[in-house]
Amino acid sequence: MAKLLILGGGIAGQTAALHARKQLSRNHEVIVVTPNSKWNWIPSNIWVGVGFMKQEDVVFPLAPVYKKTGIVYHQAKAISIHPEGNSESAVPYVTIEYTSPEKMGQLDIVQYDYLINATGPKLNFNATKGLGPEFNSHSVCTASHAESASSALHELIAQMKKGDKKDIVIGTGHGNCTCQGAAFEYIFNVEYLLRKNNVRDKANIVWLSNEAELGDFGIGGMHLQRGGYITHSRVFTESLYTERSINWIIGAHTNEVEKNTIHYETLNGEQKEHRFDFSMLIPPFSGVGMKAYNRIGADITSELFAPSGFMLVDADYSKKSYEQWSPEDWPKTYQSPKYNNIFAVGIAFAPPHPVSKPMFSTNGTPIFPTPPRTGMPSGVMAREVAFSVVDMIKGKSDKPTRTASMAKMGAACIASAGAGLFNGTAASMTMYPIIPDFKTYPDTGRSLTYTSGEIGLAGHWIKHFLHFAFIYKAKANPFWRVVPE
Amino acid sequence: MDVRKPYEQTYYPPVPTKFTQKLRVNFLYQFFRFMVLNLKMLRMVRKH
Repeated sequence: MAKLLILGGGIAGQTAALHARKQLSRNHEVIVVTPNSKWNWIPSNIWVGVGFMKQEDVVFPLAPVYKKTGIVYHQAKAISIHPEGNSESAVPYVTIEYTSPEKMGQLDIVQYDYLINATGPKLNFNATKGLGPEFNSHSVCTASHAESASSALHELIAQMKKGDKKDIVIGTGHGNCTCQGAAFEYIFNVEYLLRKNNVRDKANIVWLSNEAELGDFGIGGMHLQRGGYITHSRVFTESLYTERSINWIIGAHTNEVEKNTIHYETLNGEQKEHRFDFSMLIPPFSGVGMKAYNRIGADITSELFAPSGFMLVDADYSKKSYEQWSPEDWPKTYQSPKYNNIFAVGIAFAPPHPVSKPMFSTNGTPIFPTPPRTGMPSGVMAREVAFSVVDMIKGKSDKPTRTASMAKMGAACIASAGAGLFNGTAASMTMYPIIPDFKTYPDTGRSLTYTSGEIGLAGHWIKHFLHFAFIYKAKANPFWRVVPE
Repeated sequence: MDVRKPYEQTYYPPVPTKFTQKLRVNFLYQFFRFMVLNLKMLRMVRKH
């Protein structure tokens, strides 16, 4: 009997757990350790953030799903990994600290034969002074953050209806943020909500981002073939902002958020500030801060994790310049180079380098997006790693049998630009590959056949349909496997 | 959209015509695009 331990119950963790449980006989144990009692369909948080959905529409309790599927569930956070066991036993284990109300704070250990790290990120609000819902800006990274943002936004709208003019800033809260897509969706949904409430003329809306150009999204942007031209997503995105009278500040590292003022540094080294009445700024991500110890209790955290806290896998982490980057640098199997039975998927794995070209201000401050690895790619790599581990458990191979390199993977992304069943819109984008390959596609880095983008009501219908489809799948309802990752 | 002023940030990007804006929310056209987009995405899913 083998024990597969999965750390994290988000999109990647849930995908890996459900696939592994389906493939393995009940002689084997699938265990999930996650600090949350509820699963959250994060892409719909932006709709909670404008009041189009309620918090309960985007979350559901995990315990009944795990009970139904036969997955062992610990509501706890992982503290440390002990891949060689300890001085008394060579069985690897993870130390956990319970977060459930009945066992809050209790420590325990969970032994494993195979470990999949799918913890996702730590929302590192502390990286910028005054950033986050506990201080001076809002967030839509969790359903509760989004609900709080919605309340503040509706209060603001009430004041605008009385004639007050307001300043709204939405974007990234640090020079190294990722997930610009969530902020992009949120700014358009806020703008749509203001129009719906007939107060658009009372608001000055500004996009503040660490991207060097609009439409970068942490993937260096993308080229699309449209209207007889091959156009960069920068043009596409600038058009969307202009159409909605949203101004933009780009190449900005937010270094402090005061009660009504954002202080930021630009790529040309200027220190500037911008006043606001409402702001939603995405925080930078870091690893969750797990430690690792060897058999004698010596700290081996640096052998398992990068300094950012993300787990090292089969990527090429050697220092290279932007010109030397290659699609081959990106991991394929997501296996730890140090321990064959440890894998990391989703945001938890350490990328070899960014996708967007690293930029530094004249003061040397790094201002560029870190690579996104959420949504569809996260689900695909979790599924493939789960299948690899299943094959290893079944004795079919002693090596991972599946690969899921982001350099060989495509992605589909629907970015909402206003939630209305008859007048809403969303930008529907597909790209292949996610990591640009300038050897295969010298002009644009990606296939123009498989890379596309358009905006319209159809995109909103798809995003709304996917909301229900992915929650249905995550609940492991009948035929859940029909819904792709 | 506000009136665009020369040499300001929003003066240069392309903006959609009224026809394009209407097409974006035209029920029949968007139903057709819904089918096309779903096929595009399925094609992407099948690539892995």
